[in-house]
Amino acid sequence: MKGRPFGPLPIDAPVPGSSFTDLLESFGLTPKLSIPEGTAVPMVPEGTTVLATRYADGVVMAGDRRATEGHLVAHRRIRKVFPADRTSGIAIAGVAGLAIDMVRLFQVELEHYEKIEGVALSLEGKASFLARLVRNQLPLAFQGLAVVPLFAGYDQIARTGRVFSYDVVGGRYEETDFASTGSGSRLAKSYLRTAYEPDMTADQAAELAVRALVAASQEDTATGGPDLLRGILPNVVRIDASGFEEMDDDVILPIAQNAVETIR
Amino acid sequence: MTIPFYVAPEQLVRDKAEFARKGIARGRSLVAMDYADGVLMIAENPSTALRKISEMYDRIAFAGVGRYNEFETLRKAGIRQADLMGYLYSRDDVTAMGLATAFSQTLGMIFTRDPKPFEVEILITELSPDGGHRLFRISYDGTLYDERQFVAIGGKAERLTEALESLWRPDMTVQEAFAAGEEAFRQAEGRESEGWELAALDANLGRRAFRRIDPAELSTN
Repeated sequence: MKGRPFGPLPIDAPVPGSSFTDLLESFGLTPKLSIPEGTAVPMVPEGTTVLATRYADGVVMAGDRRATEGHLVAHRRIRKVFPADRTSGIAIAGVAGLAIDMVRLFQVELEHYEKIEGVALSLEGKASFLARLVRNQLPLAFQGLAVVPLFAGYDQIARTGRVFSYDVVGGRYEETDFASTGSGSRLAKSYLRTAYEPDMTADQAAELAVRALVAASQEDTATGGPDLLRGILPNVVRIDASGFEEMDDDVILPIAQNAVETIR
Repeated sequence: MTIPFYVAPEQLVRDKAEFARKGIARGRSLVAMDYADGVLMIAENPSTALRKISEMYDRIAFAGVGRYNEFETLRKAGIRQADLMGYLYSRDDVTAMGLATAFSQTLGMIFTRDPKPFEVEILITELSPDGGHRLFRISYDGTLYDERQFVAIGGKAERLTEALESLWRPDMTVQEAFAAGEEAFRQAEGRESEGWELAALDANLGRRAFRRIDPAELSTN
C-alpha cells in the first residue's frame, strides 16, 4: 500500500478505520520525525505565548502573533490559535513549522472521524487524540524541536467549556480555570492567577486574555505585544454552545489599546 | 482434477449485470435535484440510524442505494480518498469529478474481477460556485453518468426521472423541491413513503456545506 498513486479507492483501511492519522501511517505518508545523531539542530522559527481561560458559557483562547528565531523576530503576524472543529480550538507553542502541521493533521483527523462515524468525537476523545500527536513528536522534542499545544472547547455532554494543557511527552492535564503555554506562559499565568474570576462574560474573558498577553510581552522578548502602529492584534477566539467564533479586530483593538496604555 | 465449465464472457457479464440489477431493484430509490440554495437529496428510508446520504467533503455529498454494507464500504473509502487528497495537496484539489472517476474505476474493477458484483448505485453531488451543480451517477458496473438538474438512482430510477421531468423547475425553495420529490415518489411507487431521509448541500453554510434536514421541518401540511 506504500506510496500509492491516486487511483482506485482505498477500500482496505487500518483497524479500527476511523483515524486519519492511522490511514496516513498505513500508506507511509507520515513524515519521518528524527534527526541523525550528532548533527546540530537547525535554528527554526518558534511560536511563543498562547493561553486559554474558561468563562461562564465557554472558553476564550488567545495568542500573540510573534514567532522568533533565536533572538530575532521571524514572523510578526503568525497565527497560533486555530479552530480544531466546530466546537473546539487548538493553540500552539514551540517549533512553528511542526506545530502548524500538527494543527492541520488534528483538524483533518476530527473531521474525518466525524464523517466516517457519523458522529463527532467527544471533547475528551479529541483531547486524548491530541496527546497522541504530541507524543509522536517525542524523538524530536528530545533534540530540541518541541511542540506543546493547548486544547479547549465546549463539552456538549457536560455543557461547559473545558481546557486541556499538555507537556512535551504528550501528558494531558485538564485545567479547572485557565492554562498557558510557550515562552511567556509563566508570566501570562501569574497575571491570570491574580485577575481570573469565575463566571466572567465572554468580553471580560477576552479582556483578561489580552491583558495577560500584554503582561507577558513586557517581560518576555519572545512574546509580541499588540503592535498598534502596524495594526497587529492578538488572535482571540471564543467557544461556547453555539460553536467556535473568531473575535473581530474591532472588538479586540480597544481592549488592546487600553491594556497597552494602563500597563506599568 | 476437474476442468471448470467454459462460460462465454458475454454470458458472464450479462449474468452479473442481471444479478446486480435485481439486487438494486429490491431496495428503495433516491433522488437529488438542484434547488435555489444548492442540491437537495431525498431518499425513501424508514430507518433513522442507517443513512444513505452523507457528507464526503466540504462541498461534496455521497448517496447510495442497494446493499447497505456495500455502499457503506464505498462511502468510507471515498471519505478516505477525499481527506487524503485534501491533506496532501489542498482542499480545493478535491473535486466530485476526481472522486466520481475513482468510484467508477473501483466499481468497474469489482464488477469484472470479483465473482459477485456490488449491488449498488452511487451518486456524487457537488456544489459549484456558479450554480450549475455537479450530479454524477455511477452504476454497479462502474459506468459513470454526468447528469444535470436532477437525477434518480435505485430500482425506480427511470420512473422517478420521468416524473421529475415535469415536476422539476429551476430555483425552487427547499420546501418546493421536497414537495416535487415527494410527488415524484408517489407517481413512481404508487404508494405513500415509509419515511424520508433528507440532506442538502447548502451554499449558505460556508466551508462545510452539507446538512441533514428533518422532514418535519419541511412538511407542507
